[in-house]
Amino acid sequence: MPTITYIEHDGNTHTVDADNGDTVMSAAIKNMVPGIDADCGGGCSCGTCHVFVEPEWQPVVGGPGEFEEPMLDLNPERNDQSRLSCQIDVTDELDGLVVRLPEFQF
Amino acid sequence: MSTSTEKLQNKQPSSRSLVGRDPWTTPLREIDLAHPGIWQANEYLPFLARLRRDAPIHYCADSAVGPYWSITRFQDVMDIEKRTDLFSSEPTIGIVDPDPDYILPMFIAMDPPKHDVQRKTVQGVVAPANLKNLEPLIRQRVCKILDNLPSNEPFNWVEKVSRDLTTQMLATLFDFPFEERNKLTYWSDVATAIPGAGLVDSYEESQKILQECLMCFSKIWQERASKPPGDDLISMLAHGESTRNMPPLEFLGNLILLIVGGNDTTRNSITGSVLALHQNPAEHDKLRADPTLIPSMVSETIRWQTPLAYMRRTATQDVSIQGETIKKGDKILLWYASANQDESAIENADQYIIDRPNVRQHLSFGTGIHRCMGNRLAEMQLRVLWEEILPRFRAIEVVGEPERIYSSFVKGYHNLSVVAHPH
Ligand code: HEM
Ligand code: FES
Repeated sequence: MPTITYIEHDGNTHTVDADNGDTVMSAAIKNMVPGIDADCGGGCSCGTCHVFVEPEWQPVVGGPGEFEEPMLDLNPERNDQSRLSCQIDVTDELDGLVVRLPEFQF
Repeated sequence: MSTSTEKLQNKQPSSRSLVGRDPWTTPLREIDLAHPGIWQANEYLPFLARLRRDAPIHYCADSAVGPYWSITRFQDVMDIEKRTDLFSSEPTIGIVDPDPDYILPMFIAMDPPKHDVQRKTVQGVVAPANLKNLEPLIRQRVCKILDNLPSNEPFNWVEKVSRDLTTQMLATLFDFPFEERNKLTYWSDVATAIPGAGLVDSYEESQKILQECLMCFSKIWQERASKPPGDDLISMLAHGESTRNMPPLEFLGNLILLIVGGNDTTRNSITGSVLALHQNPAEHDKLRADPTLIPSMVSETIRWQTPLAYMRRTATQDVSIQGETIKKGDKILLWYASANQDESAIENADQYIIDRPNVRQHLSFGTGIHRCMGNRLAEMQLRVLWEEILPRFRAIEVVGEPERIYSSFVKGYHNLSVVAHPH
């Protein structure tokens, strides 16, 4: 069971057990991690599941996909660590993944 | 957003109205959702259900505003909004094509990459970080309106609360001279008016009026540019790296879009919240017992109201969907009002449940790259309003039938007669 850690804007940390088949978004929602809205339910169409992937994890997680890029690009808080968490599938390779949450979803 | 559609259709004979007809036996080809009749009469829901069941990709060949497609299922709306390459937002998002000589550049009616560039330059002003700064002033103005309401006697909630509150919030957002705030609503109406339908007689006349709007805002712009940066929209635009040198027409287009976008929609959600809680007393009890449900109630109200019934797209090439062929240039209406009632996406969609699971997963704000830029602002206004209503009033009782707007685009109210009962 891969473990994922979410660090809220204020430093509050949540470590959860995720299942293969989850996304980084759905694992957060199931475990009541605050700070991810996911208004489109994982459809890559709202941008409210924005996270920052810790630099050491970026090579493993990879960059945004074809439909993700335009949604991310419209986010005022976007930086080069940004991903939409509904577009990151949980796999064994992601065991130990750390992502940071933005102050606001928009 | 009162639209051209609304005003144009006002002048059409209502021969094709579906009012009073049986939604389940009316021949499919006669179903014309864009006709405002069933919307004003509040009879639209079963017609939407009929299309979702029998013709989710539905062609109306003959209507007062020409032929168009209706998309009524949740997932289909989501899928279509994603394909901005096949389904364009140009030339407009209302059903009636604009006069090409008088198009104001607004990014709601642009495709990428132009859309993205323009939206990015202005969206910071309605992003949550900035809204936090505006909230105290908005709250103060909400309190003032509520404290001056008549108690224990009937009044029109739309006029006394919803309309003035939204106008005041716009004035707050722009830090616009407060006493002149009704100009904002006026310009919004002029920008969307079809000449000859009452408000203006010609496009030249609306041009002239909007020119005044531009002059007025240019003056405010100059004044703000010469002062240190503030939290209001004009100041942010005047000081922003990417907006400082915005050409005047683009500046005007963006201003009008913000005024129009945040006007009727928020007003009708505010009215809708009172009506929905009145019609669902058990939900009102839940809210009173647990005010932390306010944000969730706000989302459910916006789904329940669906202030804009649809947005239009235009096919950029022939596309086949579920056996139907949409031809290049065809108009496609994405019916949010129907998607929000789709049982396959939302359980018990016909009920108003303020603490429903996944309450934010509705389509009232659209979805994809055009997803409402003001969604956080709209939610904040409703949240602050109810945070101040609950401690003051035991109930806002609806005492008459709501008077609905004659439009299939803007879902809203002219009149909601209420009595406010203080604690
Ligand atoms: C409950 C209130 C509101 C509702 C239901 C609503 C609804 C919508 C919808 C459905 C769209 C999508 C347009 C499309 O896909 O073609 C939209 C876009 C937009 N809305 Fe709102 N809106 C609301 C409040 C506001 C407010 C308060 C503002 C003011 C800041 C605003 C500004 C905009 C803008 C600028 C766009 C264009 C976004 C783009 O094209 O990227 N809206 N709105
Ligand atoms: S949940 Fe909407 S984009 Fe990820």
